[in-house]
Amino acid sequence: MSGFRLPTGGLIDRSATLRFRFDGRELAGHPGDTLASALLANGVGLTGRSFKYHRPRGILSAGAEEPNALVELRRGARREPNSRATMVELFDGLEADSQNRWPSLGFDLMAVNGLLSPVFAAGFYYKTFMWPARFWETVYEPLIRRAAGLGRAAAAPDPDHYEKATIHCDVLVAGAGPAGLAAALAAGRSGARVILCDEGACLGGSLLSERRALGDRPAPDWAAAAEAELASLPDVRILRRTTVFGVFDHGTYGAVQRVGDHLPVPEPHAPRQRLWRIVAKRCVLAAGSLERPLVFGDNDRPGVMLAGAVRTYLNRYAVAPGRRAVVFANNDTAGAVAADLAAAGVAVEAIVDARPGSTLQQAGTRLLAGAVVTRAIGGARGLHAVEIRDAAGRPATLPCDLLAMSGGFSPNVHLTSHLGGRPVWNPGLAAFVPGDLPLGMTVAGSVAGVFDLAGCLAGGGRAGTEAAKDCGFDGGRFELPETAPEATGVSPLWRVKGGGGKRFVDFQNDVTDKDIELADREGFRAVEHLKRYTTLGMATDQGKTSNVNAIGIMAEITRRDVEAVGTTRFRPPYTPVSLGALAGHARGRDFRPTRLTPSHDWAAEQGAVFVEAGAWLRAQYFPRPGEKDWLETVSREVRQVRSAVGFCDVSTLGKIDLQGADAAEFLNRLYINTWTTLPVGKARYGLMLREDGIVMDDGTTSRLGEDRFLVTTTTANAAKVFQHMEFCHQCLWPELDVQFTSVSDQWAQFSVAGPKARALLARIVDAPFDIGNEAFPYLAAAELTVCGGIAARLFRISFSGELAYEVAVPARFGDALARRLMQAGGDLGVTPYGTEALGVMRIEKGHAAGNELNGQTTAADLGLGRMMSTKKDYIGRVLAGRPGLADPARPALVGFRPVDRSRRLRAGAHFIPQGAEATAANDQGYMTSVAFSPGLGHWIGLGLLSRGPERIGETLRACDPVRGEELAVEVVSPVFHDPEGKRLRA
Amino acid sequence: MRIPCPHCGERAAEEFSYLGDATVTRPAPDAGIDAFVDYAYRRDNPAGALAEYWYHGGGCRSWLVVTRDTRDHRILGAVDARARGAVEAQR
Repeated sequence: MSGFRLPTGGLIDRSATLRFRFDGRELAGHPGDTLASALLANGVGLTGRSFKYHRPRGILSAGAEEPNALVELRRGARREPNSRATMVELFDGLEADSQNRWPSLGFDLMAVNGLLSPVFAAGFYYKTFMWPARFWETVYEPLIRRAAGLGRAAAAPDPDHYEKATIHCDVLVAGAGPAGLAAALAAGRSGARVILCDEGACLGGSLLSERRALGDRPAPDWAAAAEAELASLPDVRILRRTTVFGVFDHGTYGAVQRVGDHLPVPEPHAPRQRLWRIVAKRCVLAAGSLERPLVFGDNDRPGVMLAGAVRTYLNRYAVAPGRRAVVFANNDTAGAVAADLAAAGVAVEAIVDARPGSTLQQAGTRLLAGAVVTRAIGGARGLHAVEIRDAAGRPATLPCDLLAMSGGFSPNVHLTSHLGGRPVWNPGLAAFVPGDLPLGMTVAGSVAGVFDLAGCLAGGGRAGTEAAKDCGFDGGRFELPETAPEATGVSPLWRVKGGGGKRFVDFQNDVTDKDIELADREGFRAVEHLKRYTTLGMATDQGKTSNVNAIGIMAEITRRDVEAVGTTRFRPPYTPVSLGALAGHARGRDFRPTRLTPSHDWAAEQGAVFVEAGAWLRAQYFPRPGEKDWLETVSREVRQVRSAVGFCDVSTLGKIDLQGADAAEFLNRLYINTWTTLPVGKARYGLMLREDGIVMDDGTTSRLGEDRFLVTTTTANAAKVFQHMEFCHQCLWPELDVQFTSVSDQWAQFSVAGPKARALLARIVDAPFDIGNEAFPYLAAAELTVCGGIAARLFRISFSGELAYEVAVPARFGDALARRLMQAGGDLGVTPYGTEALGVMRIEKGHAAGNELNGQTTAADLGLGRMMSTKKDYIGRVLAGRPGLADPARPALVGFRPVDRSRRLRAGAHFIPQGAEATAANDQGYMTSVAFSPGLGHWIGLGLLSRGPERIGETLRACDPVRGEELAVEVVSPVFHDPEGKRLRA
Repeated sequence: MRIPCPHCGERAAEEFSYLGDATVTRPAPDAGIDAFVDYAYRRDNPAGALAEYWYHGGGCRSWLVVTRDTRDHRILGAVDARARGAVEAQR
């Protein structure tokens, strides 16, 4: 191809030169160029190879719809595949590579795929790669992926950062072409809060490619003046390089701003892209329209370009895409293209106007009315000529290196259908125009099917004025500048047959009109079937240049109206949005906030290893020098607690302060057991069900006063239980006099456990409080002071099975309390212990925890059926009595130990009777929790076994097919440690 | 989505948790298993207005009864669940 830079004109800065590389070749352009315009200016016409057939492809368009000129932009971790060269702003040092070619762009061995095209027809992968089935993953798929791929994603982590922001406004204007600028001016002048977004770096849209004047100013100058006025209005925000990509419910719009994509690397401390959530009362959509290609033989040859794009390259970028042009159109814009070409000094061989009655007048240019281009002749080195058929059916060949084609215009209706609106066919305009609009949205300009400049400006002004008025701003106004009139007639031409070659409909996915014929023959006529069967419109361009042509061709084949074929609806995003922008800062460690316990810093000083527990980081164990693995550490912690004393931060448990005259009654209805009988100063274990009868949560609740309780929940369910309590109070029993609030974050709480726990606590509890066994027995609860006047709460509850307390102080004293306990208990042998030792001791004691409260178990399954009160109603009572949940054969909690005590148990292993095959039919339950018991010197487990409690003493097989292990286990009581409970009452 | 909280004003949907159909009523304790099965599991799926529970956990912690058109998500009204009785009595 033979593009070149024009000597004058264009919106480029010729005083500066930008160096860039394409496929390693050093080239130069100017500020204001896109990669596409700079390539054309350097005479580069071949930019890539096509998806399936590896055909040479050049630049088709000048905008977001580009299906051909897709490049890998940048290198290394910043390499971005499928970048549209037409949307990439040129910067100094830019590096881009063509895609989908091997070994090189000019000589591509995979082009042999073109010869195999019968194999690659629509639905080829469904038909061709059927047998043998095992070949799919190992042979076919990798082969297809290598042969028919696009760019390569970067393998390294993204070095840039992204951010998200929410913004509110009265009027959002999407698109800053003539209609959008008019709308923003009208609305902005009223004083309304306006946001104007445009995907480009400069506002103006089609005005930037326009040679006509608006009033007394050239179109680009008018756009610049409009922008200057908008920038001066205090409540107008202009977002350049920002694509409104989606419409969501209730006036919410998604937009992505490319903050740093026009730079080699983003500026320091600036994000690469910013994802905006725009909440707007009204939206004026001024998204413009896209020109359709014409479908004729080998219409994908480099040098065949959309006519509007030709005008943009000539007028905006001062680049002539060729030296000798033919214009092929079915509409009145052909004249303007020919005029612009001639003005730039490009020879125009002829205007081939498919309309037999065309009366287009263009001085000095031959008009071939009723003629069509049947085939483009050319290849990787560019276009040589086009073959035409004139109105009388006579063939001819016109030499040219540029074909400017226009098949009419399709309004950019995408955003109007994101909430389900279906575009409607307007036969007069030969276009789908917006149908039902999302609430609060109006359309203006060519997206509304208005294709003349004066109409776009006037419509935009009206829409902006109205939108502002709807928001309570009456002062909107827009004065229409004078513009030269233009004709906008069009007559559909869906394809030109009889020229040989391939007629491409979807350039990016290599779908031809033959594929559509095949889809018709095989019954995939409905527009949704057509799309999926041929993959038409399913590439990254989402069929921007192909959908309407495909529908027209299907209508022609099936002899139906376009209206009857209908159109698919669009979903967000309008153009691809990077996952980085959608993720924003929520990645890696920052995916969600990390919650730290009050003693976190102290635990870190002690060398604790931390574990994630929901959003919390909890100390898992505290290794000491010389300990060879976690098991040795954990076993030491357990032995120390059981023989002396240890403490553990349990602040993560949910804590809810519940008050009110009906507090006890409220708890009665929430929990399966009774609370009205709980004396003040006592704690009780409680279990709550979901309404369907399954266990929801457990925890101890203490009565601090006649009408005041402190409820605790498990760590994992803290928020869920609180929300459930709010539901029960507000929606089920609003008549109950209760108030409650979460105090989880307000109190630091430590479990202090072991035979010397009382001796340790006696050293920090302020006199005269008596923690002797008589005065403060098992399950006592009290408010008191510790460490010389610090408000505290003390509960004599035990999860470990030892003499144990939980002591709570205001969260700000949590760190100090941990240090004090260590200091005060030095001579008692005090040790901090983590969640791992906590877990070992609860398994030794047979307490159910998260592994057993797994959303599938009932109270009876956990051996707690006797807690279910029969004297009151409570959530889940009735459905817990369902036959399925009351079945005595349900798996229930029991303990397990290996017959060979040296063997390790595995959680998740399934119980199979001896002598039976290890199949699902013989499955009798599974191991839920396992631990190595330092006291017993072997592994122990808890599990759910059908009729478990009746089977104590039985031997079963624990089968772990995932690890390929199996061993004999003995069914035992779940309470391995101190079954009589003497130690906790000591 | 935007939910008009009667206490806090219009807020983004992420501040809320969704529970579903607010037209079901918890049966009397002696209503029997079938009544509770219906309450726990059976839901109509109307194309049109549906009253549903939303919890403003990221705001005022109120349970709301929001009436939403299931066809287009249009919000037709939102009241505090505790005020629902009064609203219904007015109708």
